Amino acid sequence: MSAGATLSEKILARASGRESVRPGDIVDAKVDLAMSHEACTFVIKSFKEMGAKKIWDKDKIVIILDHWVPASDVKSASLHKTIRDFVNEQGIDNFLDVGRGGIAHQILAEDGWVLPGMLVVGSDSHTPTAGALGAFATGIGFTEMAAVFALGELWLKVPENLRVIMDGSMGPRMDGKDIILKVIGQLKVDGAIYKAIEFTGPTVDSIGISHRLTMCNMATEMGAKTGIISPDAKTEEYLAWTGKEYEAVRSDEDAVYQEERNFDITDLEPQVACPSNVDNVKGVSELKGVKVHQAFLGSCTNGRIEDLRAAAEILKGEKIHKDVRMIVMPASQKIYHQAMKEGLFDIFLESKATICAPSCGPCFGGHGGMLAAGEACISSTNRNFVARMGHPESFVYLASPWTVAASALYGEITDPRSV
Amino acid sequence: METTLSGRIWKFGDNVNTDDITPSPYLTITDPSELAKHVMENLNPEFAGGVQKGDIIVAGRNFGCGSSREHAPVALKAAGVSLVVARTFARIFYRNAINLGLPVLESQELIDLVEEGEEIQADIGKGEITLSSGKIIKTNPLPENVLGILEAGGLINKVRRILEAGE
Ligand code: SF4
Repeated sequence: MSAGATLSEKILARASGRESVRPGDIVDAKVDLAMSHEACTFVIKSFKEMGAKKIWDKDKIVIILDHWVPASDVKSASLHKTIRDFVNEQGIDNFLDVGRGGIAHQILAEDGWVLPGMLVVGSDSHTPTAGALGAFATGIGFTEMAAVFALGELWLKVPENLRVIMDGSMGPRMDGKDIILKVIGQLKVDGAIYKAIEFTGPTVDSIGISHRLTMCNMATEMGAKTGIISPDAKTEEYLAWTGKEYEAVRSDEDAVYQEERNFDITDLEPQVACPSNVDNVKGVSELKGVKVHQAFLGSCTNGRIEDLRAAAEILKGEKIHKDVRMIVMPASQKIYHQAMKEGLFDIFLESKATICAPSCGPCFGGHGGMLAAGEACISSTNRNFVARMGHPESFVYLASPWTVAASALYGEITDPRSV
Repeated sequence: METTLSGRIWKFGDNVNTDDITPSPYLTITDPSELAKHVMENLNPEFAGGVQKGDIIVAGRNFGCGSSREHAPVALKAAGVSLVVARTFARIFYRNAINLGLPVLESQELIDLVEEGEEIQADIGKGEITLSSGKIIKTNPLPENVLGILEAGGLINKVRRILEAGE
Protein backbone atom coordinates (compact mmCIF):
# COMPACT_ATOMS: atom_id res chain seq x y z
CA MET A 1 0.00 0.00 0.00
CA SER A 2 1.21 3.48 -0.70
CA ALA A 3 2.06 5.84 2.15
CA GLY A 4 -0.64 7.92 3.76
CA ALA A 5 -1.41 11.52 2.95
CA THR A 6 -1.14 14.74 4.88
CA LEU A 7 -4.16 16.89 5.54
CA SER A 8 -2.96 19.37 2.90
CA GLU A 9 -2.59 16.65 0.29
CA LYS A 10 -6.05 15.28 1.03
CA ILE A 11 -7.65 18.69 0.65
CA LEU A 12 -5.82 19.49 -2.58
CA ALA A 13 -6.64 16.05 -4.02
CA ARG A 14 -10.34 16.52 -3.25
CA ALA A 15 -10.36 20.08 -4.64
CA SER A 16 -8.71 19.01 -7.88
CA GLY A 17 -10.85 15.91 -8.35
CA ARG A 18 -7.98 13.47 -8.02
CA GLU A 19 -7.58 10.30 -6.03
CA SER A 20 -4.32 11.52 -4.53
CA VAL A 21 -1.64 14.14 -5.07
CA ARG A 22 2.05 14.31 -4.24
CA PRO A 23 4.31 17.30 -3.55
CA GLY A 24 5.40 18.94 -6.79
CA ASP A 25 2.23 18.00 -8.69
CA ILE A 26 0.62 20.95 -10.40
CA VAL A 27 -3.15 20.80 -10.05
CA ASP A 28 -6.10 22.90 -11.15
CA ALA A 29 -8.08 23.19 -7.95
CA LYS A 30 -11.65 24.31 -7.36
CA VAL A 31 -11.92 26.92 -4.62
CA ASP A 32 -14.42 26.52 -1.76
CA LEU A 33 -14.11 30.07 -0.45
CA ALA A 34 -12.52 33.23 -1.82
CA MET A 35 -11.90 36.21 0.45
CA SER A 36 -10.94 39.71 -0.53
CA HIS A 37 -10.63 43.05 1.27
CA GLU A 38 -9.65 46.48 -0.05
CA ALA A 39 -7.37 44.63 -2.47
CA CYS A 40 -10.64 43.83 -4.22
CA THR A 41 -10.35 47.18 -5.99
CA PHE A 42 -7.42 45.77 -7.92
CA VAL A 43 -9.17 42.43 -8.35
CA ILE A 44 -12.11 44.25 -9.97
CA LYS A 45 -9.76 46.05 -12.35
CA SER A 46 -8.24 42.75 -13.53
CA PHE A 47 -11.67 41.07 -13.60
CA LYS A 48 -12.90 43.72 -16.03
CA GLU A 49 -9.73 43.56 -18.10
CA MET A 50 -10.30 39.82 -18.48
CA GLY A 51 -13.62 40.61 -20.08
CA ALA A 52 -15.41 38.75 -17.27
CA LYS A 53 -19.03 39.75 -16.70
CA LYS A 54 -20.33 37.62 -13.85
CA ILE A 55 -18.66 36.15 -10.78
CA TRP A 56 -18.53 32.37 -10.69
CA ASP A 57 -20.44 31.79 -7.45
CA LYS A 58 -21.69 34.51 -5.17
CA ASP A 59 -22.08 32.14 -2.23
CA LYS A 60 -18.35 31.40 -2.25
CA ILE A 61 -17.07 34.95 -2.25
CA VAL A 62 -16.74 37.05 0.91
CA ILE A 63 -15.59 40.65 0.79
CA ILE A 64 -14.63 42.38 4.03
CA LEU A 65 -13.33 45.92 4.35
CA ASP A 66 -10.58 46.01 6.97
CA HIS A 67 -7.42 47.87 6.04
CA TRP A 68 -8.64 51.44 6.20
CA VAL A 69 -11.74 51.23 8.43
CA PRO A 70 -13.44 53.66 8.61
CA ALA A 71 -11.94 55.18 5.47
CA SER A 72 -8.94 57.22 6.59
CA ASP A 73 -8.64 59.51 3.59
CA VAL A 74 -10.17 60.27 0.22
CA LYS A 75 -8.15 57.61 -1.56
CA SER A 76 -9.24 54.79 0.73
CA ALA A 77 -12.82 56.09 0.59
CA SER A 78 -12.62 55.76 -3.20
CA LEU A 79 -11.32 52.20 -2.92
CA HIS A 80 -14.29 51.38 -0.68
CA LYS A 81 -16.72 52.97 -3.09
CA THR A 82 -15.37 51.01 -6.06
CA ILE A 83 -15.90 47.82 -4.07
CA ARG A 84 -19.46 48.76 -2.97
CA ASP A 85 -20.39 49.47 -6.59
CA PHE A 86 -19.03 46.09 -7.70
CA VAL A 87 -20.77 44.28 -4.84
CA ASN A 88 -24.10 45.85 -5.83
CA GLU A 89 -23.60 45.22 -9.52
CA GLN A 90 -22.73 41.54 -8.93
CA GLY A 91 -25.31 40.97 -6.21
CA ILE A 92 -22.73 39.82 -3.68
CA ASP A 93 -24.51 39.38 -0.34
CA ASN A 94 -21.44 38.40 1.63
CA PHE A 95 -20.08 41.89 1.97
CA LEU A 96 -19.04 43.25 5.36
CA ASP A 97 -18.81 47.00 5.23
CA VAL A 98 -17.61 49.37 7.95
CA GLY A 99 -19.28 48.48 11.27
CA ARG A 100 -20.38 44.98 10.16
CA GLY A 101 -17.21 42.98 10.32
CA GLY A 102 -13.62 43.58 11.27
CA ILE A 103 -10.32 42.14 10.13
CA ALA A 104 -11.04 39.62 7.39
CA HIS A 105 -8.98 36.73 8.78
CA GLN A 106 -10.73 37.00 12.12
CA ILE A 107 -14.16 37.23 10.49
CA LEU A 108 -13.58 34.11 8.37
CA ALA A 109 -12.93 32.18 11.58
CA GLU A 110 -15.44 33.73 13.98
CA ASP A 111 -18.36 33.96 11.57
CA GLY A 112 -18.06 30.33 10.51
CA TRP A 113 -17.03 30.93 6.89
CA VAL A 114 -14.14 28.49 7.15
CA LEU A 115 -14.74 24.82 7.87
CA PRO A 116 -12.25 21.96 8.12
CA GLY A 117 -11.28 20.46 4.78
CA MET A 118 -11.98 23.55 2.69
CA LEU A 119 -9.68 25.09 0.10
CA VAL A 120 -9.66 28.80 0.96
CA VAL A 121 -7.89 31.55 -0.98
CA GLY A 122 -7.60 35.17 0.05
CA SER A 123 -6.05 38.23 -1.55
CA ASP A 124 -3.94 38.68 1.55
CA SER A 125 -0.77 37.01 2.72
CA HIS A 126 -2.15 36.10 6.16
CA THR A 127 -4.93 33.93 4.75
CA PRO A 128 -3.22 30.85 6.30
CA THR A 129 -4.74 31.99 9.62
CA ALA A 130 -7.75 29.87 8.66
CA GLY A 131 -5.52 26.78 8.65
CA ALA A 132 -6.02 26.71 12.42
CA LEU A 133 -9.46 25.25 11.68
CA GLY A 134 -8.12 22.50 9.43
CA ALA A 135 -8.63 24.23 6.09
CA PHE A 136 -5.98 24.62 3.39
CA ALA A 137 -5.86 28.41 3.24
CA THR A 138 -3.41 30.41 1.20
CA GLY A 139 -2.80 33.93 0.01
CA ILE A 140 -2.92 34.83 -3.68
CA GLY A 141 -2.44 37.98 -5.73
CA PHE A 142 -5.06 40.32 -7.14
CA THR A 143 -4.94 39.11 -10.72
CA GLU A 144 -5.14 35.51 -9.57
CA MET A 145 -8.10 36.41 -7.43
CA ALA A 146 -9.75 37.96 -10.48
CA ALA A 147 -9.28 34.64 -12.28
CA VAL A 148 -10.86 32.88 -9.28
CA PHE A 149 -13.77 35.34 -9.30
CA ALA A 150 -14.27 34.53 -12.99
CA LEU A 151 -13.60 30.79 -13.07
CA GLY A 152 -13.63 29.49 -9.49
CA GLU A 153 -10.34 27.70 -9.85
CA LEU A 154 -6.61 28.25 -9.95
CA TRP A 155 -3.41 26.31 -10.47
CA LEU A 156 -1.50 25.26 -7.38
CA LYS A 157 1.70 23.40 -6.87
CA VAL A 158 1.19 20.77 -4.19
CA PRO A 159 3.59 21.87 -1.44
CA GLU A 160 6.12 19.81 0.46
CA ASN A 161 5.11 19.28 4.08
CA LEU A 162 7.05 20.48 7.08
CA ARG A 163 5.85 19.04 10.36
CA VAL A 164 6.48 21.14 13.44
CA ILE A 165 6.00 18.98 16.52
CA MET A 166 5.51 20.91 19.74
CA ASP A 167 5.89 19.44 23.18
CA GLY A 168 5.60 20.94 26.65
CA SER A 169 2.79 22.85 28.28
CA MET A 170 2.35 26.58 27.95
CA GLY A 171 3.25 28.45 31.13
CA PRO A 172 1.27 31.26 32.75
CA ARG A 173 1.03 34.53 30.81
CA MET A 174 2.32 32.84 27.68
CA ASP A 175 0.61 32.87 24.29
CA GLY A 176 0.59 31.11 20.93
CA LYS A 177 2.58 34.20 19.86
CA ASP A 178 5.53 33.21 22.06
CA ILE A 179 5.48 29.72 20.57
CA ILE A 180 5.36 30.84 16.97
CA LEU A 181 8.04 33.50 17.51
CA LYS A 182 10.29 30.80 18.93
CA VAL A 183 9.67 28.68 15.82
CA ILE A 184 10.31 31.61 13.44
CA GLY A 185 13.51 32.51 15.30
CA GLN A 186 14.78 29.00 14.60
CA LEU A 187 13.43 28.32 11.11
CA LYS A 188 14.02 31.90 9.87
CA VAL A 189 11.99 33.98 7.45
CA ASP A 190 12.72 31.74 4.50
CA GLY A 191 12.61 28.47 6.45
CA ALA A 192 9.42 27.24 4.87
CA ILE A 193 9.17 28.84 1.43
CA TYR A 194 6.47 27.14 -0.69
CA LYS A 195 5.83 24.59 2.10
CA ALA A 196 2.79 23.65 4.12
CA ILE A 197 3.67 23.81 7.80
CA GLU A 198 1.62 21.41 9.87
CA PHE A 199 1.65 22.08 13.59
CA THR A 200 1.18 18.98 15.73
CA GLY A 201 2.11 17.54 19.09
CA PRO A 202 0.91 17.67 22.69
CA THR A 203 1.26 21.46 22.98
CA VAL A 204 -0.91 22.06 19.93
CA ASP A 205 -3.49 19.57 21.20
CA SER A 206 -3.69 21.35 24.53
CA ILE A 207 -4.05 24.97 23.38
CA GLY A 208 -7.23 26.73 22.30
CA ILE A 209 -8.23 27.96 18.83
CA SER A 210 -7.19 31.52 19.59
CA HIS A 211 -3.55 30.46 20.05
CA ARG A 212 -3.74 28.20 17.02
CA LEU A 213 -5.02 31.07 14.86
CA THR A 214 -2.04 33.17 15.99
CA MET A 215 0.38 30.38 15.08
CA CYS A 216 -1.05 29.67 11.63
CA ASN A 217 -1.28 33.42 10.97
CA MET A 218 2.48 33.73 11.32
CA ALA A 219 3.36 30.63 9.26
CA THR A 220 3.34 33.25 6.50
CA GLU A 221 6.36 34.89 8.11
CA MET A 222 8.47 31.84 7.22
CA GLY A 223 7.41 31.94 3.58
CA ALA A 224 4.97 29.06 3.98
CA LYS A 225 2.17 28.45 1.53
CA THR A 226 -0.01 27.61 4.49
CA GLY A 227 -0.01 26.73 8.17
CA ILE A 228 -2.41 23.99 9.09
CA ILE A 229 -3.63 22.01 12.08
CA SER A 230 -5.67 18.81 11.88
CA PRO A 231 -9.14 19.43 13.33
CA ASP A 232 -9.99 17.93 16.73
CA ALA A 233 -12.53 18.24 19.55
CA LYS A 234 -11.52 21.88 20.15
CA THR A 235 -12.20 22.71 16.51
CA GLU A 236 -15.54 21.00 16.73
CA GLU A 237 -16.45 22.93 19.85
CA TYR A 238 -15.36 26.23 18.26
CA LEU A 239 -17.59 25.60 15.24
CA ALA A 240 -20.54 24.00 17.05
CA TRP A 241 -22.65 27.18 16.99
CA THR A 242 -22.61 27.27 13.17
CA GLY A 243 -24.56 24.01 12.93
CA LYS A 244 -22.72 23.42 9.63
CA GLU A 245 -21.73 19.96 8.45
CA TYR A 246 -18.20 19.15 7.39
CA GLU A 247 -15.86 16.23 7.05
CA ALA A 248 -13.03 16.55 9.57
CA VAL A 249 -10.10 15.42 7.40
CA ARG A 250 -6.90 14.68 9.33
CA SER A 251 -3.37 13.72 8.33
CA ASP A 252 -2.71 9.98 8.21
CA GLU A 253 -0.37 8.45 10.78
CA ASP A 254 1.94 7.29 7.97
CA ALA A 255 1.85 10.53 5.98
CA VAL A 256 5.19 11.60 4.51
CA TYR A 257 6.84 14.82 5.63
CA GLN A 258 9.83 16.29 3.83
CA GLU A 259 11.09 17.66 7.10
CA GLU A 260 10.24 17.45 10.79
CA ARG A 261 11.24 19.88 13.49
CA ASN A 262 10.76 19.33 17.21
CA PHE A 263 10.29 22.05 19.78
CA ASP A 264 9.90 21.79 23.52
CA ILE A 265 8.34 24.87 25.06
CA THR A 266 8.77 23.79 28.66
CA ASP A 267 10.37 26.77 30.46
CA LEU A 268 10.12 28.96 27.36
CA GLU A 269 10.27 32.64 28.32
CA PRO A 270 8.18 35.28 26.52
CA GLN A 271 9.61 35.92 23.06
CA VAL A 272 10.10 39.21 21.20
CA ALA A 273 10.92 39.76 17.51
CA CYS A 274 13.27 42.74 17.32
CA PRO A 275 13.62 45.25 14.46
CA SER A 276 13.56 44.82 11.56
CA ASN A 277 13.00 41.19 10.71
CA VAL A 278 10.49 38.78 12.17
CA ASP A 279 13.18 36.14 12.72
CA ASN A 280 15.30 38.44 14.88
CA VAL A 281 13.80 36.80 17.97
CA LYS A 282 15.10 37.19 21.52
CA GLY A 283 13.92 36.15 24.96
CA VAL A 284 12.31 39.01 26.89
CA SER A 285 15.08 38.86 29.52
CA GLU A 286 17.64 39.94 26.90
CA LEU A 287 15.75 43.15 26.23
CA LYS A 288 15.64 44.71 29.68
CA GLY A 289 15.71 48.48 29.52
CA VAL A 290 14.60 48.82 25.88
CA LYS A 291 12.31 51.86 25.90
CA VAL A 292 8.98 51.92 24.05
CA HIS A 293 6.87 54.95 23.13
CA GLN A 294 3.80 53.13 21.86
CA ALA A 295 2.11 49.84 22.68
CA PHE A 296 -0.25 48.40 20.09
CA LEU A 297 -2.73 45.65 20.87
CA GLY A 298 -4.67 44.43 17.85
CA SER A 299 -4.44 42.86 14.36
CA CYS A 300 -5.35 39.50 12.88
CA THR A 301 -2.50 37.99 14.91
CA ASN A 302 -3.54 38.99 18.42
CA GLY A 303 -6.67 41.15 18.49
CA ARG A 304 -9.03 38.50 19.82
CA ILE A 305 -11.10 38.59 23.00
CA GLU A 306 -8.59 36.28 24.72
CA ASP A 307 -5.84 38.78 23.87
CA LEU A 308 -7.82 41.72 25.22
CA ARG A 309 -8.57 39.78 28.41
CA ALA A 310 -4.86 39.04 28.84
CA ALA A 311 -3.92 42.71 28.50
CA ALA A 312 -6.74 43.75 30.84
CA GLU A 313 -5.52 41.33 33.50
CA ILE A 314 -2.16 43.12 33.47
CA LEU A 315 -3.58 46.66 33.27
CA LYS A 316 -6.36 46.30 35.84
CA GLY A 317 -6.09 49.06 38.43
CA GLU A 318 -2.78 50.30 36.96
CA LYS A 319 -1.76 53.31 34.90
CA ILE A 320 0.23 53.08 31.69
CA HIS A 321 3.68 54.70 31.87
CA LYS A 322 3.47 58.45 31.21
CA ASP A 323 5.74 58.28 28.15
CA VAL A 324 3.70 55.55 26.45
CA ARG A 325 0.49 55.75 24.48
CA MET A 326 -1.34 52.47 24.21
CA ILE A 327 -3.71 51.71 21.35
CA VAL A 328 -6.26 48.91 21.64
CA MET A 329 -7.92 47.86 18.38
CA PRO A 330 -10.16 44.79 18.73
CA ALA A 331 -10.01 42.58 15.63
CA SER A 332 -13.76 42.60 15.00
CA GLN A 333 -17.00 44.35 15.89
CA LYS A 334 -18.08 41.26 17.83
CA ILE A 335 -14.90 41.28 19.90
CA TYR A 336 -15.30 45.01 20.43
CA HIS A 337 -18.83 44.49 21.73
CA GLN A 338 -17.88 41.51 23.86
CA ALA A 339 -14.95 43.38 25.43
CA MET A 340 -17.26 46.25 26.25
CA LYS A 341 -19.80 43.94 27.88
CA GLU A 342 -17.11 42.25 29.94
CA GLY A 343 -15.95 45.59 31.30
CA LEU A 344 -12.55 45.39 29.63
CA PHE A 345 -13.01 48.88 28.19
CA ASP A 346 -13.33 50.31 31.71
CA ILE A 347 -9.97 48.78 32.56
CA PHE A 348 -8.32 50.05 29.37
CA LEU A 349 -9.75 53.54 29.69
CA GLU A 350 -8.90 53.85 33.39
CA SER A 351 -5.33 52.81 32.62
CA LYS A 352 -5.27 55.55 29.92
CA ALA A 353 -5.23 53.36 26.84
CA THR A 354 -7.15 54.56 23.80
CA ILE A 355 -9.62 52.23 22.08
CA CYS A 356 -10.08 52.37 18.31
CA ALA A 357 -12.54 50.81 15.89
CA PRO A 358 -11.67 47.37 14.50
CA SER A 359 -9.28 47.80 11.54
CA CYS A 360 -5.81 46.79 10.40
CA GLY A 361 -4.87 50.36 11.30
CA PRO A 362 -1.23 50.86 12.23
CA CYS A 363 -0.33 47.17 11.73
CA PHE A 364 0.66 47.88 8.12
CA GLY A 365 1.32 51.59 8.55
CA GLY A 366 -2.14 52.46 7.32
CA HIS A 367 -3.59 54.85 9.89
CA GLY A 368 -4.36 55.36 13.55
CA GLY A 369 -1.03 55.08 15.34
CA MET A 370 1.94 55.87 13.11
CA LEU A 371 5.42 56.22 14.58
CA ALA A 372 7.76 59.20 14.24
CA ALA A 373 11.51 58.94 13.62
CA GLY A 374 13.32 57.41 16.57
CA GLU A 375 10.19 55.99 18.20
CA ALA A 376 9.69 52.35 19.20
CA CYS A 377 6.48 50.36 19.47
CA ILE A 378 5.83 47.07 21.22
CA SER A 379 3.16 45.46 19.11
CA SER A 380 1.00 42.33 19.06
CA THR A 381 1.12 42.31 15.23
CA ASN A 382 3.09 40.07 12.86
CA ARG A 383 5.57 42.22 10.93
CA ASN A 384 8.33 44.59 12.01
CA PHE A 385 9.89 45.52 8.67
CA VAL A 386 11.53 48.91 8.18
CA ALA A 387 8.80 51.59 7.96
CA ARG A 388 6.04 49.03 8.58
CA MET A 389 4.37 51.26 11.20
CA GLY A 390 5.51 54.68 10.08
CA HIS A 391 8.85 56.44 9.71
CA PRO A 392 11.74 54.42 8.20
CA GLU A 393 13.70 55.18 11.38
CA SER A 394 11.05 53.89 13.77
CA PHE A 395 11.20 50.46 15.38
CA VAL A 396 8.67 47.71 15.95
CA TYR A 397 9.06 44.90 18.50
CA LEU A 398 6.60 42.02 18.11
CA ALA A 399 5.33 40.28 21.22
CA SER A 400 2.34 38.66 22.90
CA PRO A 401 -0.57 40.71 24.27
CA TRP A 402 0.75 39.98 27.78
CA THR A 403 4.16 41.42 26.98
CA VAL A 404 2.65 44.40 25.13
CA ALA A 405 0.55 45.33 28.17
CA ALA A 406 3.37 44.79 30.68
CA SER A 407 5.73 46.90 28.57
CA ALA A 408 3.10 49.66 28.33
CA LEU A 409 3.01 49.84 32.14
CA TYR A 410 6.75 50.22 32.57
CA GLY A 411 7.67 52.14 29.41
CA GLU A 412 10.24 49.48 28.56
CA ILE A 413 10.12 45.90 27.38
CA THR A 414 8.95 43.91 30.38
CA ASP A 415 8.39 40.25 31.24
CA PRO A 416 4.64 39.97 31.92
CA ARG A 417 5.29 37.23 34.49
CA SER A 418 7.13 39.72 36.67
CA VAL A 419 4.23 42.17 36.85
CA MET B 1 6.82 34.29 -27.66
CA GLU B 2 10.01 36.36 -27.46
CA THR B 3 11.97 34.37 -24.92
CA THR B 4 15.34 36.10 -25.02
CA LEU B 5 15.96 39.42 -23.39
CA SER B 6 18.93 41.44 -22.26
CA GLY B 7 19.54 44.22 -19.81
CA ARG B 8 21.73 45.81 -17.16
CA ILE B 9 21.85 44.39 -13.68
CA TRP B 10 20.68 45.97 -10.43
CA LYS B 11 21.71 43.90 -7.43
CA PHE B 12 19.75 43.50 -4.19
CA GLY B 13 20.33 41.36 -1.09
CA ASP B 14 18.33 38.72 0.79
CA ASN B 15 14.74 39.04 2.00
CA VAL B 16 13.76 42.09 -0.05
CA ASN B 17 10.13 42.41 1.07
CA THR B 18 7.16 43.92 -0.72
CA ASP B 19 7.13 46.83 1.75
CA ASP B 20 10.64 47.60 0.42
CA ILE B 21 9.51 47.32 -3.21
CA THR B 22 6.36 49.39 -2.77
CA PRO B 23 6.13 51.14 0.64
CA SER B 24 2.66 51.29 2.27
CA PRO B 25 2.08 55.04 1.79
CA TYR B 26 1.68 54.34 -1.95
CA LEU B 27 -0.74 51.43 -1.70
CA THR B 28 -3.76 53.47 -2.63
CA ILE B 29 -2.14 54.42 -5.96
CA THR B 30 -3.62 52.51 -8.88
CA ASP B 31 -1.57 53.99 -11.74
CA PRO B 32 1.45 51.71 -12.41
CA SER B 33 3.67 54.53 -13.70
CA GLU B 34 3.05 56.48 -10.47
CA LEU B 35 3.94 53.41 -8.40
CA ALA B 36 7.11 53.02 -10.46
CA LYS B 37 8.31 56.43 -9.27
CA HIS B 38 8.62 55.12 -5.70
CA VAL B 39 9.79 51.59 -6.37
CA MET B 40 12.54 50.43 -3.97
CA GLU B 41 12.90 53.96 -2.59
CA ASN B 42 13.84 52.93 0.97
CA LEU B 43 16.39 50.35 -0.19
CA ASN B 44 18.04 52.18 -3.08
CA PRO B 45 16.87 55.77 -3.69
CA GLU B 46 18.76 55.81 -7.01
CA PHE B 47 16.80 52.92 -8.45
CA ALA B 48 13.50 54.51 -9.48
CA GLY B 49 15.25 57.35 -11.33
CA GLY B 50 18.01 55.24 -12.85
CA VAL B 51 16.29 52.08 -13.99
CA GLN B 52 15.96 51.70 -17.77
CA LYS B 53 13.66 49.61 -19.91
CA GLY B 54 14.93 46.04 -20.03
CA ASP B 55 17.01 46.19 -16.83
CA ILE B 56 17.29 43.03 -14.78
CA ILE B 57 17.14 42.61 -11.00
CA VAL B 58 19.45 40.03 -9.47
CA ALA B 59 18.77 39.30 -5.81
CA GLY B 60 19.46 36.91 -2.96
CA ARG B 61 17.12 34.65 -1.05
CA ASN B 62 13.37 35.08 -0.51
CA PHE B 63 12.82 38.00 -2.91
CA GLY B 64 9.37 39.58 -2.54
CA CYS B 65 8.55 38.25 0.92
CA GLY B 66 5.96 39.84 3.17
CA SER B 67 2.61 41.21 2.10
CA SER B 68 0.84 39.84 -0.96
CA ARG B 69 0.56 43.26 -2.58
CA GLU B 70 0.66 42.95 -6.35
CA HIS B 71 1.78 46.56 -6.42
CA ALA B 72 5.30 45.18 -6.07
CA PRO B 73 5.63 43.34 -9.40
CA VAL B 74 3.36 45.95 -11.05
CA ALA B 75 5.76 48.70 -10.01
CA LEU B 76 8.83 46.75 -11.10
CA LYS B 77 7.31 46.00 -14.49
CA ALA B 78 6.14 49.58 -14.97
CA ALA B 79 9.63 50.80 -14.06
CA GLY B 80 10.93 48.79 -17.03
CA VAL B 81 12.36 45.73 -15.29
CA SER B 82 12.28 42.82 -17.75
CA LEU B 83 13.34 39.94 -15.48
CA VAL B 84 14.05 39.17 -11.84
CA VAL B 85 16.57 36.47 -11.00
CA ALA B 86 16.85 35.53 -7.32
CA ARG B 87 18.29 32.67 -5.32
CA THR B 88 14.72 31.99 -4.18
CA PHE B 89 11.42 33.84 -4.31
CA ALA B 90 8.61 34.28 -1.83
CA ARG B 91 5.74 32.33 -3.31
CA ILE B 92 3.04 34.99 -3.67
CA PHE B 93 5.46 37.38 -5.34
CA TYR B 94 6.56 34.58 -7.67
CA ARG B 95 2.98 33.85 -8.69
CA ASN B 96 2.04 37.51 -8.99
CA ALA B 97 5.02 38.26 -11.21
CA ILE B 98 4.17 35.41 -13.57
CA ASN B 99 0.50 36.31 -13.64
CA LEU B 100 1.44 39.84 -14.66
CA GLY B 101 3.82 38.63 -17.33
CA LEU B 102 7.03 39.58 -15.48
CA PRO B 103 9.45 36.65 -15.89
CA VAL B 104 11.22 35.29 -12.82
CA LEU B 105 14.06 32.75 -12.70
CA GLU B 106 15.69 31.07 -9.75
CA SER B 107 19.47 30.81 -9.71
CA GLN B 108 21.58 30.05 -6.66
CA GLU B 109 24.82 31.18 -8.27
CA LEU B 110 24.10 34.14 -10.54
CA ILE B 111 24.30 36.80 -7.84
CA ASP B 112 27.84 35.74 -6.93
CA LEU B 113 29.03 35.91 -10.55
CA VAL B 114 27.78 39.29 -11.73
CA GLU B 115 28.44 42.97 -11.06
CA GLU B 116 25.96 45.81 -10.70
CA GLY B 117 25.50 47.39 -14.15
CA GLU B 118 26.76 44.34 -16.06
CA GLU B 119 24.81 43.52 -19.21
CA ILE B 120 23.46 39.96 -19.39
CA GLN B 121 21.19 37.96 -21.69
CA ALA B 122 18.54 35.50 -20.64
CA ASP B 123 16.57 32.87 -22.51
CA ILE B 124 13.55 32.24 -20.32
CA GLY B 125 12.21 29.40 -22.40
CA LYS B 126 15.41 27.44 -21.89
CA GLY B 127 16.24 28.88 -18.48
CA GLU B 128 19.69 29.99 -19.64
CA ILE B 129 21.56 33.15 -18.72
CA THR B 130 24.60 34.41 -20.63
CA LEU B 131 27.01 36.65 -18.73
CA SER B 132 29.01 39.48 -20.33
CA SER B 133 32.02 37.10 -20.33
CA GLY B 134 30.06 34.66 -22.48
CA LYS B 135 29.72 32.12 -19.66
CA ILE B 136 26.32 30.40 -19.63
CA ILE B 137 24.43 29.74 -16.39
CA LYS B 138 21.61 27.18 -16.23
CA THR B 139 18.59 27.88 -14.04
CA ASN B 140 15.54 25.78 -13.18
CA PRO B 141 13.32 26.01 -16.27
CA LEU B 142 9.79 27.27 -15.60
CA PRO B 143 6.99 24.69 -15.46
CA GLU B 144 4.92 24.38 -18.61
CA ASN B 145 1.72 25.97 -17.25
CA VAL B 146 3.76 28.94 -16.04
CA LEU B 147 5.35 29.41 -19.46
CA GLY B 148 1.84 29.20 -20.87
CA ILE B 149 0.78 32.19 -18.79
CA LEU B 150 3.88 34.18 -19.76
CA GLU B 151 3.29 33.21 -23.37
CA ALA B 152 -0.26 34.54 -23.26
CA GLY B 153 1.18 37.79 -21.92
CA GLY B 154 -0.10 37.21 -18.39
CA LEU B 155 -3.06 35.67 -16.65
CA ILE B 156 -5.52 38.36 -17.73
CA ASN B 157 -5.04 37.47 -21.37
CA LYS B 158 -5.13 33.78 -20.62
CA VAL B 159 -8.45 34.01 -18.76
CA ARG B 160 -9.85 36.26 -21.47
CA ARG B 161 -9.11 33.52 -24.01
CA ILE B 162 -10.76 30.90 -21.81
CA LEU B 163 -13.86 33.06 -21.33
CA GLU B 164 -14.08 33.86 -25.03
CA ALA B 165 -13.72 30.20 -25.93
CA GLY B 166 -16.50 29.34 -23.46
CA GLU B 167 -19.02 31.78 -24.90
S1 SF4 C 1 -4.05 43.13 10.69
FE1 SF4 C 1 -2.09 43.54 9.74
S2 SF4 C 1 -1.31 41.57 9.09
FE2 SF4 C 1 -3.49 41.31 9.56
S3 SF4 C 1 -4.51 41.57 7.59
FE3 SF4 C 1 -4.46 43.56 8.57
S4 SF4 C 1 -2.58 44.54 7.80
FE4 SF4 C 1 -2.43 42.37 7.36
